[in-house]
Amino acid sequence: MSEMTLVQAVNRGLFEAMKQDPDVLVLGEDVGVDGGVFRATDGLIKEYGAERVIDTPLSETGIIGTAVGMALYGLKPVAEIQFLDFIYPAFDQIVSELAKFRFRSGGQYPCHVVIRAPYGGGIKGGVYHSQSTEAYFCHTAGLKVAIPSTPADAKGLLLTAIHDEDPVMFFEPKRIYRTATGEVPDGDYRVPFGQARTVREGEHLSIFAYGAMIPPASEAAAALAKDGISAEVIDLRTLVPLDEAAAVASVEKTGRAVVVHEAARFCGFGAELSAILAEKAFYSLKAPILRVTGYDTPFPYALENVYLPNAARIEAAARAVMQEG
Amino acid sequence: MTDASGSLLPLPYTPTDVYHRIGPEARETLRSAYGWMILGRTLDARMQGLQRQGRVGFYGAATGHEAVNVAAGLSTRKEDWIFPGLREPLVALVRGHPLPRYVQHLFATAHDPSKGRQMPCHPSASEVHHVSISSVIGTQITHAVGAAWAMRLRKASGVALAFFGDGATSANDFHAGLNFAGVAGLPVVFVCANNQWAISMPVERQSAVATLAQKASAYGYSGVTVDGTDIVAVLEAFQRVLRESREGSGPHLIEFRVYRMTPHSSSDDPTRYQPVDWNARARAHDPVVRLETWLSTVGWLDDADRAGYAQRASESVRDAIAEAEATPPPSPASLFEDVFSRPLSVPVEIPRI
Ligand SMILES: Cc1ncc(C[n+]2csc(CCOP(=O)(O)OP(=O)(O)O)c2C)c(N)n1
Ligand SMILES: [Mg+2]
Repeated sequence: MSEMTLVQAVNRGLFEAMKQDPDVLVLGEDVGVDGGVFRATDGLIKEYGAERVIDTPLSETGIIGTAVGMALYGLKPVAEIQFLDFIYPAFDQIVSELAKFRFRSGGQYPCHVVIRAPYGGGIKGGVYHSQSTEAYFCHTAGLKVAIPSTPADAKGLLLTAIHDEDPVMFFEPKRIYRTATGEVPDGDYRVPFGQARTVREGEHLSIFAYGAMIPPASEAAAALAKDGISAEVIDLRTLVPLDEAAAVASVEKTGRAVVVHEAARFCGFGAELSAILAEKAFYSLKAPILRVTGYDTPFPYALENVYLPNAARIEAAARAVMQEG
Repeated sequence: MTDASGSLLPLPYTPTDVYHRIGPEARETLRSAYGWMILGRTLDARMQGLQRQGRVGFYGAATGHEAVNVAAGLSTRKEDWIFPGLREPLVALVRGHPLPRYVQHLFATAHDPSKGRQMPCHPSASEVHHVSISSVIGTQITHAVGAAWAMRLRKASGVALAFFGDGATSANDFHAGLNFAGVAGLPVVFVCANNQWAISMPVERQSAVATLAQKASAYGYSGVTVDGTDIVAVLEAFQRVLRESREGSGPHLIEFRVYRMTPHSSSDDPTRYQPVDWNARARAHDPVVRLETWLSTVGWLDDADRAGYAQRASESVRDAIAEAEATPPPSPASLFEDVFSRPLSVPVEIPRI
């Protein structure tokens, strides 16, 4: 066990994977000599050399298309997209190629690439360094989507992703890269996909969140507790596969649900989760499900704290669901 | 190269020239190439007919491209990887993918190696490293770069070949792929089959460059333009770039000039956009007739040989079609296979058909 930040835990996970398996390699913009603009790949090139820690030219479709070709040949590339906002030049490679290779070849060509990308707002990044667009990828069959919220999960989920056999989108909450700190197990530590984490147990309502929304959700739960409202906070950890059983069980217990994400509301992940709860836990619900999300606008610069859900908005939604039933 | 009259352009070689260009096995190589070209042509003709009868859903012929495909198949080695586009299934056959398996794919049956997941002419043949093709133009170009990179890391002796058309040279991945390959100096050959059309768009409107090959110079290496209907020139070009690639030359771009001798696909009507003399010009460059005429002239192919090749091709195509038409479609449950390594969820009730 060592105490570290979330971004350090990503770095430890990459070191561990590269040590374990010579087929693992890292590629992306500024990931080598510079160690990544957030330092997630710091030191890797010194340890493993420029053959396995590749500074690429500036082309996202080039990075992901190349990673796909490496994976088809049998390597295990971990590609970094510098900000999730810049992934769109590679969107075609991700949704048309990476996600579909195994299926379209009848299983002849599995294509296991891990794509890491810092995502989300709260860092004064404006329109193009703040977005949270996980839903695009969740909507594409063939991609797994993991989003850690703690240092231990960052390392554990990343190692699971690298040892998985399917493509994984690994989105890192850059707002809490350095503020989320905690103990992280040494060595080969893995957190399974599809298992939500109960951050806090509760009786009266369930708050579902992931990534950088876990701290405000926990803060809201603490404030509600002072008024005798017991909120359960569930960190989904992986959106694909989704731990539906945990979500349904929590709502069967509490009867109320608030779904939180910083992505825009319309067709966001909260819409899917709300629909699943409506289909599978309807008769346990005592109040309508509420969503606390970013707004259906582009991500703003000056007004980012208006856009982003915070503890106060989550608390208000929780009190609203408590009014009914 | 253009002969508007439509009279055939003979291959301008003596047998001595040919030995000099493609080596001491030239006679056997060219006879074998002829046999494969006849098979490709026979398959194209038969499948286009079946498509019109509604017995297969779609077909993208490669008529006019045969010399490029056959030469690629004959010049590459087992350890090389092929990243094809729509018109390269014949490369897989020459490299050893069985014709009956490919025809199962064309009929999208339960025995299609890719389980009926894709439109016809999108095969996947991993046993000969013929990578599953995408309909998305150009995306395979960067995949070849990644595979070449992996080969170098693993110290393998293979070469990755990306095949694409003239239209694809305008796509994002053409630029990204050629650039990455140049920067990293990889063993990759970019094979552009310039058939002068991207559906209805003539190549002059695809790019303002004089030759597509010269685009390589923007990435730090040189490209060559080769008559892709002259099998001798094509074999010579492949042999050279593959040898140089194995010796560490870095990437190559070859532009093969060919003539698309059919509509773009079974869904196209080229009379809307092609000049009236196109077919005559194309026939003058028919790679199969050019080779056949030359082989006959120099005495390397007689009438009995010719009839034998034609008969074997039509029988093998006929038998493969009969077998595929007698094979059932994939089972409905197979829809849920291969989305992930293990299914994340399968609907409780799988629909019946
Ligand atoms: C990205 C993309 N855009 C459009 C299409 C539709 N389309 C299919 S083939 C084609 C033309 C391709 O021309 P070229 O690259 O020259 O190859 P050819 O068909 O001539 O062999 C087009 C526009 C496509 N499949 N993919
Ligand atoms: Mg073309």
